[in-house]
Amino acid sequence: MKLVVVAGTPGAGKTSILMHTTRSLLQSGMKPAVVKIDCLWTEDDRRFERLGVPVVVGLAKDMCPDHFSIYNVDDMLAWAASQECDVLLNETAGLCLRCAPYPDNCLAVCVIDVTTGPNAPLKVGPLLTTADVAVATKGDVVSQAEREVFRERILEVNPGCRIVEANGLSGKGSAELAELIRNGPETAADMKLRHNPPLAICTLCTGELRVAKEHHRGVLRHLDGFMEYVGE
Amino acid sequence: MNLELTVIGGVDKEGEAEPVERLDMVRGEIIGIVGPTGSGKSSLIGDIEQFAQGDTPSGRRILINGRTPGAEPRSDPRKKLIAQLSQNMHFLADMTVVEFLKMHAKSRGKPASVAKEVVELANTLTGEPIHPDHHLTILSGGQSRALMTADIAVISDSPIVLIDEIENAGIKKREALELLAGEGKIVVVVTHDPMLALMPSRRVVMRNGGMYRIIDTSQEERTVCEDLTRVDDWLMSLRETIRQGEVVEAAP
Repeated sequence: MKLVVVAGTPGAGKTSILMHTTRSLLQSGMKPAVVKIDCLWTEDDRRFERLGVPVVVGLAKDMCPDHFSIYNVDDMLAWAASQECDVLLNETAGLCLRCAPYPDNCLAVCVIDVTTGPNAPLKVGPLLTTADVAVATKGDVVSQAEREVFRERILEVNPGCRIVEANGLSGKGSAELAELIRNGPETAADMKLRHNPPLAICTLCTGELRVAKEHHRGVLRHLDGFMEYVGE
Repeated sequence: MNLELTVIGGVDKEGEAEPVERLDMVRGEIIGIVGPTGSGKSSLIGDIEQFAQGDTPSGRRILINGRTPGAEPRSDPRKKLIAQLSQNMHFLADMTVVEFLKMHAKSRGKPASVAKEVVELANTLTGEPIHPDHHLTILSGGQSRALMTADIAVISDSPIVLIDEIENAGIKKREALELLAGEGKIVVVVTHDPMLALMPSRRVVMRNGGMYRIIDTSQEERTVCEDLTRVDDWLMSLRETIRQGEVVEAAP
């Protein structure tokens, strides 16, 4: 079984790219299954169902969507195996840009929108820096020069990654991504995350609603960068 | 280096095989792409730009020297065979002109010093000069297009040049085309402009998403093109006169 974890900023075109790539994988004889993780709501499962591939939705609700995705990897892989599939496409809903939901033995794909400007690759963090493949979307909206500058910026933060220029509307780049998936790694028994998660649980996680400083506990970071531990 | 660019025909919008099955282009050739709006002109140069291998809606395949190009010339700008001037008239990057040009030069393996040259060249094509410290996002459509054109001529100096409707930007179209074409390149020009359509030796006519036919420019058409060039020179001089706030005189 191969595992592909697709992450990226909201609206970058993850679902559209993945749909075209799924078609391309089907054409080459692979059997993909799709797990779509979202936070609160999605109907993307209907879009994938139209391709005739097994699909399930996981809604993270109150749990961190990346933690939800990682916690359920074993179940997802078992489900994909039960559907007699040979590649699991996991579309994640990571939002906070502090961690990255990529295990070591997967093909980690970060979808990033070129129209967000050449500084965007510097803001995305481990989602991009630990990816194997960066898929740059919406390049048709800008000039070739701007696409190339964007590419250079991606390579500044992740020099080893493979960059695929893709278009969610026309399907450009999906054949290239499908080939990378076909040549991608097989999952292993004791997989580990590539990047350490952010600071552990905070006061807000446990239900604190009051804004004032005195109510907050844990490892806290001030606006000027000063960090301290407050608590017992 | 010998260079031949081939388009192997695919299908039109209805899924029917396109009438032109194969199009070969060699160094030093300028070829025009004409046809009504929506007939697939931009898609054709889009296919060439990304070296389509049956993976776009047209199903066309692009060959270089008769072979399928590898992944590297497709994605690495330093090895890129293709420079493209698209229809985009604006930059979205929030950077100054000089910062952007230096970064683009770096991505193409050129020294940062070319940035100055690009701005100077762009200013020969546009009315209101571009300042290196301007933010890209405040440039006008004409200034952006002039900068994109100069950027291609100096930084993206690739042997295949794709140009999409250069006439729409209010810049000097003939000078811009000459700048981009350079020596010994393969140049593909999408155009609605009669003069630009008749300058190449051949033109592809697009219809319903497919390559419909190829027309060789006749001797008569060349004569028409020369007449058009004179008309265009006159129009350009009138435009300049009016832009400068002066009064025009009757044709000589």
